[in-house]
Amino acid sequence: MSNTSISQSKPDNVPKHKINWGRLEEAERFSEMVKLFRQGKINRDDFRRFRLQHGAYGSRMTDDYSMIRLKLPAGEVYSEQLEKIADLSEQFSIGSAHVSTRQNFQLHWVALEDVSEVLRGLAESGMTTREACGNSVRSIMCSPLAGVCPDEVFDPTPYAVAATKFLLRNPLCQALPRKFKINFTCCEKHGMARMVDIGLIPQQGEVNGKPQRGFKIFLGGGLGAQSFVGHQLEPFTSDDELLYTIVSVIRIFDRLGNRENMARARMRYLVNEMGWEKFQNLVLKERAMIKMLLSVIIKLEVDKTTEVLRKISISSEMPSLPQGYARWVKSNTFKQKQPGFSCIFLTLESGDVTSNQLRAIADIAREFTADGQIRNGFTQDMVFRWVRDEDLPRVYSKLLEVGLANPGALTMASVVGCSGTTSCNLALTNSHRLAKEVQRKFIELKIDEDDDLRNSTIKISGCPNSCGQHEIATIGFYGGGGRLGKDMYPLYTMSLGGRSDENTTLGHTCTKVPAKRVIPTILKIVEMFKSEKKSGETLDLWMRRIIEGNGGPKIKSLDDIKELLKPVVIAPTKDQDEDFYADYGSDGSYHTKTGRGECAA
Amino acid sequence: MCGLSKEKTTRVIVDADKLRSEIRDKSVKVLDIRKEDDYKQGHIPGAINLPLASLLADDSPDKVLQYAQSFGIGDETPVVVYDDTFGALASRVAWTLEYIGHEDVSLLDITYGTWKKLGLEINSETPSPVKTNHSLKLQPQILATSDYLVPAKEKGAILVDNRERLNYLEQHIPGAINIPYRMLASGQNILRPKEDLRRLIQNRNITPDSEIITYCGSVGTLSGLGYYALKSLGMDNVKLYVRSFKEWKSLEKPIEKQQDANYWDLSAE
Repeated sequence: MSNTSISQSKPDNVPKHKINWGRLEEAERFSEMVKLFRQGKINRDDFRRFRLQHGAYGSRMTDDYSMIRLKLPAGEVYSEQLEKIADLSEQFSIGSAHVSTRQNFQLHWVALEDVSEVLRGLAESGMTTREACGNSVRSIMCSPLAGVCPDEVFDPTPYAVAATKFLLRNPLCQALPRKFKINFTCCEKHGMARMVDIGLIPQQGEVNGKPQRGFKIFLGGGLGAQSFVGHQLEPFTSDDELLYTIVSVIRIFDRLGNRENMARARMRYLVNEMGWEKFQNLVLKERAMIKMLLSVIIKLEVDKTTEVLRKISISSEMPSLPQGYARWVKSNTFKQKQPGFSCIFLTLESGDVTSNQLRAIADIAREFTADGQIRNGFTQDMVFRWVRDEDLPRVYSKLLEVGLANPGALTMASVVGCSGTTSCNLALTNSHRLAKEVQRKFIELKIDEDDDLRNSTIKISGCPNSCGQHEIATIGFYGGGGRLGKDMYPLYTMSLGGRSDENTTLGHTCTKVPAKRVIPTILKIVEMFKSEKKSGETLDLWMRRIIEGNGGPKIKSLDDIKELLKPVVIAPTKDQDEDFYADYGSDGSYHTKTGRGECAA
Repeated sequence: MCGLSKEKTTRVIVDADKLRSEIRDKSVKVLDIRKEDDYKQGHIPGAINLPLASLLADDSPDKVLQYAQSFGIGDETPVVVYDDTFGALASRVAWTLEYIGHEDVSLLDITYGTWKKLGLEINSETPSPVKTNHSLKLQPQILATSDYLVPAKEKGAILVDNRERLNYLEQHIPGAINIPYRMLASGQNILRPKEDLRRLIQNRNITPDSEIITYCGSVGTLSGLGYYALKSLGMDNVKLYVRSFKEWKSLEKPIEKQQDANYWDLSAE
């Protein structure tokens, strides 16, 4: 080894990760378990459970490769950590990382034998994959705008972190009937509080005449083959009661969740089958019992020290505004409640980002963000916060250099697509690639500049299981197979009018759309909307009006939309159009093939 | 071979500081594998230029022997090779010298680019080596040919593909395992520390006495690095399939592929 090392000049006051979530010994144990498994000393199912508990999924049609999912509580990640992820992806994965819809990074196609090395590398930088998969409490999410959102009552981030500290590796959460998801959000608009097992929105209340922080808590929501919207537990839950409430809900789920039928095991089915009122009473009783029986008061260790923001140097020389800057500022930045600061949302393609781009992102965070961190978002995106408004042009130029300056992040042009047939066992279609194709086309068409479409979303899943969250999209799709005579083709079911804010609604199924007709179909819907909209009406609101039965003049219902789409979605014969019968990313004829699901242990 | 020479341990890697002192006391020949133009703009003092393309134009043992002799490399002369391509090109040249029977050949632990960034001495003088004699003792035990692969594999040899993961998934020689060349380096060093490399091998249940054959896409560069990574662990029974996958395909031999997955679409490139 050469002793001399290269030190590049980097700002020396860059914040580093504060909490070490990783454990080196878990990496070592993983490597031992792989050896035992390969020697046939542990059976496949036991090994699989262990593997999933440590964040390693199987890959499409093979257990020899893993998809490694990191657990990034609240989506927080620091520059040094991004660089580590970049290195690990280059060494052991495919040179790209993937941002999920739950704020995590995933590394795909890692050889099972190397998973322990990746875990080791992550632990060295304070990161973990523990309980990122399997029947556990998954990474606790928190809105990427928490702390900077103009509409929030207080910053929920410290609560998300404290809840993770309590629940991660806690024996209570090691063998739940199924996975369990908790989301914190900043306000009604920017989160998915009603679409998870426990969703929390900060709220200011009053206890004994004194102002008291607390939450609106929603229970029993979730997306999947059958989706439900969560119910609010009580008008106000004070932050003193937060941990008791979370523990009560997990305990009830652990006791009563369906352990016989995996397809009915998520807590939302328990709530649905039992009925909300009964479940609600059970939670309130359980909470009262826990409070009475516990001799020690359990309390979340919420870090209440105020974040000290470092000074960042503001660009002294303003570059001439690069081409496309105005469009990008409009669609990718968000004004913080703190005057003079903005957040920047990066438009990735289906959440994919190269190692080199990760390094560039790490550098930009060091140079331009006052909090020195990055947060992954809810829509396969990454977010810089605390950037001085004056610095935006320079950040834009830097992003341009590494191909990360695409516009559209906060608009309908930014499309969510799950991993689909690129790596998932259950996928029926290549939703991942389709989302990229739609996004490229829509950016080319400058859809992002249209204010009428700004609030709307497009989300695509490769099967009915909702990892692409299609049911809360304005225009959502899930994959399947269609057939004309003996020839199969990739075919999506389209739902319309879904949303995840305070008016959370699941999308209504409209019609089936062949993969190669998805783009013209969306464009046709936009065209219908334009001819029908009332003044000032946006696409998502028009859709809501139709679903509520107040459509018109020409299009009154979803059936009318379906009728108008008929000529667009009609299947040609194979002789007429061979390409129609191949999925995106494949030359050969389409056929469906699935293996065992990996999301439950 | 007598016991003595078998036990003789050749260093696989030389660190920059050690090389600098050896250059000062002129006890080493240094080969620069980069293109001639790059070499002319500056190189490690005393280094002789042997662009990989020139070597590959004719890498027959006679020709390689001629090169060695014209560079003043005798049977006992320590040789250190470097490149600016993470050590892969240097590995291919080092292996070629080893193949004609030159025992004392090592890789510099960093690339030229790193050497320069570290501010270590460079110059642009072209040395004029004095021709010397070198014997020819071919080492067939470090070479694998396409005919050798299948029978060796049947007898338990492990075939290692050093190309990147996506290329490997797309197509590889049946039964090969994948150790992408990127796995072998760490930070600025062309090879990881031994204890790290050893773990990677142990995780794959590969024992130190296994016979291993490395290959890559075309001319045995990435797999040359793979070859030396294994050698650095003291593994002796390692061979390079120097004509690699390019030849394998041209011979229309069987190819294996990871089926039914669109993994390329996950790449953000």
